[in-house]
Amino acid sequence: MDSNLVFTQLIGGLTSSMTLFLVASGLTLIFGVVNVFNFAHGSFYLLGAYFAYQLVSVSGVGFWAGVLLAALGAGAAGAVMEFFFLRRIYGRGGEAGFQILLTYSFILIIDDVVKMIWGTDYKSISRPEILDGSLTIGDLFIPRYDAMVIGMGLLVALGMWWLIRKSRFGRNLRAISANREMASSLGVNVPVALSLVFGLATALGGLSGALSAPVRTVTPGAGVEVIIGSMIVVVIGGLGNFWGALVGAFIIGEVTAFGILFLPQWAILFAYAVMALVLVFRPQGLLMKRGIAG
Amino acid sequence: MSPQRPRTTRDFGQAAQWIAVLVLFAAIPLAGKKFFVTMANEVLVMGLFAVAFNLLYGFTGMLSFGQAAYYGIGGYTVGLLLSKGAMPFAVALPAAAAAGAALALLLGPLCIRLTGVYFTMLTLAFAEMVWGIVFKWYGFTGGDNGIQGIPMPALLRSPVRYYYFTLIIVFTSFWLLRRIVDSPFGAVLQSIRENPERTGFLGIKVRRYELAAMVLSGAFAALAGGLFAGYQHSIHPDMLHWTKSGEVILMSILGGVSSFFGPLMGAAVILFIEDMIGKYTEFWEIWIGGIMLAIVIFFPRGVIGTLDSWIARARNRERTADGTSRS
Repeated sequence: MDSNLVFTQLIGGLTSSMTLFLVASGLTLIFGVVNVFNFAHGSFYLLGAYFAYQLVSVSGVGFWAGVLLAALGAGAAGAVMEFFFLRRIYGRGGEAGFQILLTYSFILIIDDVVKMIWGTDYKSISRPEILDGSLTIGDLFIPRYDAMVIGMGLLVALGMWWLIRKSRFGRNLRAISANREMASSLGVNVPVALSLVFGLATALGGLSGALSAPVRTVTPGAGVEVIIGSMIVVVIGGLGNFWGALVGAFIIGEVTAFGILFLPQWAILFAYAVMALVLVFRPQGLLMKRGIAG
Repeated sequence: MSPQRPRTTRDFGQAAQWIAVLVLFAAIPLAGKKFFVTMANEVLVMGLFAVAFNLLYGFTGMLSFGQAAYYGIGGYTVGLLLSKGAMPFAVALPAAAAAGAALALLLGPLCIRLTGVYFTMLTLAFAEMVWGIVFKWYGFTGGDNGIQGIPMPALLRSPVRYYYFTLIIVFTSFWLLRRIVDSPFGAVLQSIRENPERTGFLGIKVRRYELAAMVLSGAFAALAGGLFAGYQHSIHPDMLHWTKSGEVILMSILGGVSSFFGPLMGAAVILFIEDMIGKYTEFWEIWIGGIMLAIVIFFPRGVIGTLDSWIARARNRERTADGTSRS
């Protein structure tokens, strides 16, 4: 196989890894801190993508402002979901089942709201000129847009590391993750923190959607595809572990990218095969759960 | 549990319930409207699917979000065998159940390695994989076109005859499932639901029972799918779509997962609502989502369960002397 092709696939895989990581890290953060598995997380990716379409392609807001506002919008929707609905079922008997139903109902609702507002046609947004074309390193090419997405993903990873590990807010999150009641009695405002985490995590999902919008076409079904991919990522990495999301996303992004070379139509099956292997040999995930900070 | 157990009023109550449900369904074609037969047929098929799902969720405590894979594999087994293999329907329908059991034997051992929400995630992920294969494998499954015009035996071509055939198969399955739930095996499943760890301490191989529950549930779900294929004369990848798995969860929860027939009732209610909404708007998902949200927030024990506890509370208020409360 020629090395240019390998490099192209590597970069393509890394780009989709980063998109997956942004969604999966939010999923893992919510699970680690709020103790909820948010099946609707892919829907916030969807919202982010459509918000970006609305802002950039329809309303003519600049690309960067559009992406940022789209992420914030998705985050706001997430915080609303937590504050008005999810909050009401914390601590109820058989909570897991209700969480799944509640978040599932949001997939259906958000899907239909998106269809009502934007229809079912494919949408696309154009990227800014500065991100057209490629960077060249020797005889290797990296599409500028891919480089930006990869950089953005790494930046978010770094930022989240700082937030969880070094900030006061992060200390509170780790405390809540370890023992919610104890954290509360020590003066942490748990309800506010939970809403903020939910907002932050869904904003990451929205950011992922907004950044993906120029490279993948925007369709109403995208949310489900993304949530399935993210689920595979967190099963591989270890749910509730932030670094697990990064490792899992890297593996799945690359495995899928190289799988396309061998079996174009069935590339997604490679991701499932990796997941099955992890389940057989290390069912708890590659990185064991040691709280959200790993 | 002993076979000599004296018959109680509860047994008679249960028998009466079964006969009432059976007579009700058997009488539907007498109304003479085609719409009623179509609707009742769908209710029976989805009801079997939901009751089979509830063996897993309500009785064993395993929330699978991937049951559509089994339902779909059953439909495709019947559809493919009849349209390609030229096998008789009498072979294809049992083969559907066997295919469902085989798929559960393949995916189950992987899924039960994890518990709780992980289990739910895995079932969904694997079901999406099966859906993806069916959706893309044009040469074999017809891809997103599905397969139309499945040839049915002459005996079952009339909708009313097929309806009675479905009725017999579905109620036989209900009876078998009821026997399973009431058997010592079923008692183990219910103890796994209550506390898997303690059940393990009793020397019971919990995973083996969980796998058995998945296989049984998968087989009956596939049987339902096979019945659906025979009735529609066509199959489509939508049968395996994850919204189908969600639908069956909703039906069960709406009807109440703690009662055997609850999911059947839930299936009837949801299909009726879908039909009504479908007449007015293409956006039925948002309605189903909204109903589901309302149930989760306001009816924590399912609609039937919550109504039951209201009635029980009202009764308790009447019998003030009686201190035993059911809730």
